[in-house]
Amino acid sequence: MSEQQHIVSYGKLTAIWLGLLALTALTVWVARHNVGIGHVWGSLAIAVVKGGLVIAFFMHMKYEGRLLRWLLFFALSVLAIFIGFTFFDVLYR
Amino acid sequence: MIPVENVPPAGDGGFWNDTGKTGITAWIFSTDHKRIGLLYFYSVLTFFLIAVVLGVLLRIELMAPGRTIMGPQTYNAVFTVHGVVMVFLFIIPGFQGSFGNLVMPIQIGARDVAFPRLNLFSWWLYIAGAAVIITSLFTGGGPPDTGWTFYVPFSERTGTNVSLAVFGVFIVGFSSIVTGLNFVTTIHRLRAEGMTWGRLPLFVWSLYATAWVQILATPILGITLALIIAERFLGTGLFDPARGGDPLMYQHLFWIYSHPAVYIMILPGMGVISEIIPAFARKPIFGYKMIAFSSLAIAAAGSLVWGHHMFTSGMSDTAILVFSFLTFVVAIPSAIKVFNWVSTLYRGSISLEAPMLFALAFILLFSIGGLTGLILGAAATDIHVHDTQFVVGHFHYVIFGGAVFAFFGAMHYWLPKFYGRRYAEKPAVVAWVLMFVGFNITYFTMMVLGMKGMPRRYYDYLPEFAPLNLVSTIGSWILVSGLILMLVNLFRGLFKGEPIDRNPWGAATLEWTIPTPPPTENFEEEPVVTHGPYDFKGAGIP
Repeated sequence: MSEQQHIVSYGKLTAIWLGLLALTALTVWVARHNVGIGHVWGSLAIAVVKGGLVIAFFMHMKYEGRLLRWLLFFALSVLAIFIGFTFFDVLYR
Repeated sequence: MIPVENVPPAGDGGFWNDTGKTGITAWIFSTDHKRIGLLYFYSVLTFFLIAVVLGVLLRIELMAPGRTIMGPQTYNAVFTVHGVVMVFLFIIPGFQGSFGNLVMPIQIGARDVAFPRLNLFSWWLYIAGAAVIITSLFTGGGPPDTGWTFYVPFSERTGTNVSLAVFGVFIVGFSSIVTGLNFVTTIHRLRAEGMTWGRLPLFVWSLYATAWVQILATPILGITLALIIAERFLGTGLFDPARGGDPLMYQHLFWIYSHPAVYIMILPGMGVISEIIPAFARKPIFGYKMIAFSSLAIAAAGSLVWGHHMFTSGMSDTAILVFSFLTFVVAIPSAIKVFNWVSTLYRGSISLEAPMLFALAFILLFSIGGLTGLILGAAATDIHVHDTQFVVGHFHYVIFGGAVFAFFGAMHYWLPKFYGRRYAEKPAVVAWVLMFVGFNITYFTMMVLGMKGMPRRYYDYLPEFAPLNLVSTIGSWILVSGLILMLVNLFRGLFKGEPIDRNPWGAATLEWTIPTPPPTENFEEEPVVTHGPYDFKGAGIP
């Protein structure tokens, strides 16, 4: 793990923030329109992108070493399994 | 390492004397893992005793049909608070916080945990969460009456103080995550020279597996409880079908955490048993690698079986099939442990002292709990006994007969090390007999009642169930009398009992090589580990 501090510019952070706001607007749009199965998958995809941006830039994972990235990958994989298993119920009910 | 034969007499104060602070601040602001371990121990023990009193009151109420000592609303509140306190304030933080903190750093040859301040912070979070939960009992609409599962839609609509109670549990959850992070880091980074993964004591392996479950599953409980608060205050409709929500989704979210939480409760107990059995059978443990592996396997597979709580909730048949299959898979690593413990006993030189008696009781009671779990894990039989007293009996066999008996075993096994004095053996054995007999009368009877059709969480019941309910209640009195005797004998012994040397049980793990009570820094010089944790010959123990 790197002990060096990485400074991210205000411009970049602002651009990411605006991107997150745009994606939030898209989430609201998807929620209010009948897009079939895309309703769930679309919302999940947007949430993944938003979470990815926050983790990469606001939480500095983009600038961290391999160990922390692997740990994050492991945790996210577990989360994906948890969500995936609920679909054994939701998709076949 | 210091040879075991040349032990100095107990009596130098060790970590009890060397603080630099005075009074209560020497405890509540200490970052010494042993002091934090004792803080946790006395905290969880206090909540355990409170919940025991509530449990006895429940049994007295059920002693006869109709009203006995309380009304139905009080009954609902009492079983809810009994469950919340036992689960969230006693058994989930119990092992990790108390014996994990007391013993684990010494067992791996470390001076302390990786993040001592974070360790203290986790205790403060636990106390803060507990304070919020207790406040919820006496404020707002009174104690929550939902059961410890906080199921929707009732938890959204009841006028009792559910919001504050779940907020308290939310805070306690953070404490659990922090402890998990600390333990994973400690076990990875602070092992002494020569303490390879293949030489880790099995208690440490069990704490390691548990810590990962705490880290990965507890955040899901946090968000689930936050969603209940959102539902109650904002009316978000997440679990309301009328607004596109799904009440079953709550049950998924709750059990994604709460079934793995059962393994947070039981895995460290299994670790304790894996320490006690070789020490009192005077024999290296059988199948070390498989026991260590099975801890990880239980943690992994046990995280994927939550749906077996929902077979009668209207879940899809596909999900029932998958979750039922996976539930049976968890039985495999659990059975590996049981077979290996029994194999360790085979041809051992068994010494039936109190810790060993609790370990033997654990094997039997946990096996009964595990096997009755398969009746619940098979969808066809589950439909007949779901939400009956059978489930209550099964759960108590696993958690009380398993985890709590292991906790009692750990109290007799390790507390003398930290106090320098030990309990009297005969009263300890009598207490064990009373608890073992009382336990089986109380909870086996419940399973029979469940098979006959008596539902759980019901205030009243049909007259035909009365005789067995009376038997179960009498069993609870025998159980509690044993518990009182055990605690009086244990604590009298710890403060006034016979002094002990550094290795009274003849065990081979590192904590028995240092002075009794342990010094503040644990080791005078960093230990170099040259043998496995159950290699008695290597440790020079006859």
